[in-house]
Amino acid sequence: MSTVAIIGAGVAGIEAAHVLASNGIKVKLFEKGASALKNIQDKAFLFPNFQSAQEIVTELSAKLLSDNIETFYETEIINLGNSQNSWVLTDKSGHEYVAQAVLVSTGYKVFDASRKEELGYGIYKGVITSLDMENMIRYDKIVNAVNSQPRNIVFLQCVGSRDEKVGNHYCSKLCCVTAVKQAIEVKKRLPQCQVSVFYMDLRMWGQGFEEMYRQAQEQYKINFVRGRISESASTFDGRLQIKSEDTLLGLPLKMTADLLVLMVGMEPSTGTTDLGKKCNICGEYGFIESLNPHIADNKTAIEGLYVAGTAKRPMTVQDCINDGRSAAVTIQDSLRTKNQSSNAD
Amino acid sequence: MKDFGFAIEKPRALDTDKTNRELYTRLLKREPSFARCFQCGMCSATCSARNFTDYNIRRIHTLFRQGQTQELDQMLKACMLCGKCTLVCPRGVNLRHLIIQMRKLLNND
Ligand code: SF4
Ligand code: SF4
Ligand code: SF4
Repeated sequence: MSTVAIIGAGVAGIEAAHVLASNGIKVKLFEKGASALKNIQDKAFLFPNFQSAQEIVTELSAKLLSDNIETFYETEIINLGNSQNSWVLTDKSGHEYVAQAVLVSTGYKVFDASRKEELGYGIYKGVITSLDMENMIRYDKIVNAVNSQPRNIVFLQCVGSRDEKVGNHYCSKLCCVTAVKQAIEVKKRLPQCQVSVFYMDLRMWGQGFEEMYRQAQEQYKINFVRGRISESASTFDGRLQIKSEDTLLGLPLKMTADLLVLMVGMEPSTGTTDLGKKCNICGEYGFIESLNPHIADNKTAIEGLYVAGTAKRPMTVQDCINDGRSAAVTIQDSLRTKNQSSNAD
Repeated sequence: MKDFGFAIEKPRALDTDKTNRELYTRLLKREPSFARCFQCGMCSATCSARNFTDYNIRRIHTLFRQGQTQELDQMLKACMLCGKCTLVCPRGVNLRHLIIQMRKLLNND
């Protein structure tokens, strides 16, 4: 009987565990935190269908209830070694676990917005991140720096992405649609509030995304301005003044706002970068590199070591579920081929 | 006043706190399809007036949206109301009607 070790109990890891387990393969699932699905636990609604994130959490958590899945919480795997066709995983306290294949699904972390000091995160109370906004929406408490109702909310795209100054040339892929989703959520709750989105490109690539953008314009009258905000400053009455350029008009622009929401991008989690470096499978920016993005996107350069989800690149929840499934199928195929050849020996 | 040969221009920055969005709101009521515009510039690309003059319908309606309406009435006089822009707009904005309504609003009608 084969055992597969999965490192990281996020969306991709759980989906992979579920598919493997239902095909009779033993899974050891390691999670360094105290519970699974940390990154989507704190979301309110998921695009494009505004489905409740909690529903997805419940569904995915239920998938862990299998006799074939053994879950280890608060277990951080810090070393991986390969000997005689099997893997030995070592956790922080020195315990060792054996498996025939390893799937790395160690996920992402959000960009630390205080690194863009000029935008004022951590300096002015009115400057928040998309995660803070998600929480405000979730608990229905959208307030400005002095806890009263905001009159003007500004969203800024690409914070920590597409920015040489922070070393990230890539696009984080989901912040555009998240901003549009959050802008709509704000307008639903505060119809009188003016909402603007400052963008460089609106990347509405997924099914239903462009329609959502259209709805944001037509039904919710959200103000889209092409231009990136260069800085924010506090006004005498505790609001924020932001500077940008309306690049479609070629005119500089300033605006007073109550909240500036920074759409923070995705970076590889420390777990991803640490394991990636140890096994020498890190690509650009510390994400783990797959063997081939078309035909071997769940394999890595090392045989028996697989990758799924946002450990690889920014992905949506939808993408992660699919990628977890695809990793499970890839692993299953390889295990079968391996068993057949060892039987033939 | 003494003429020094130079003068301080009024600030060119759009101060959105001071812009009056009322006219834009009224325009949207008269031509709701305008809310869908995503600034692609197909309207100005096809426009015959644009090809021979500085007239730029995309820029004009963007200025209108930002409340910068001072010179628009004069600019809009270059439009021949041929309606080519309406034919090409990928977001289905009824530009011809939009132009007529912008002119009316700018003339307090
Ligand atoms: S998805 Fe949009 S906001 Fe996010 S990095 Fe890409 S272009 Fe910027
Ligand atoms: S209607 Fe006016 S703006 Fe439109 S294409 Fe004709 S001249 Fe240009
Ligand atoms: S063609 Fe339509 S969508 Fe494009 S800029 Fe003109 S009005 Fe806007």
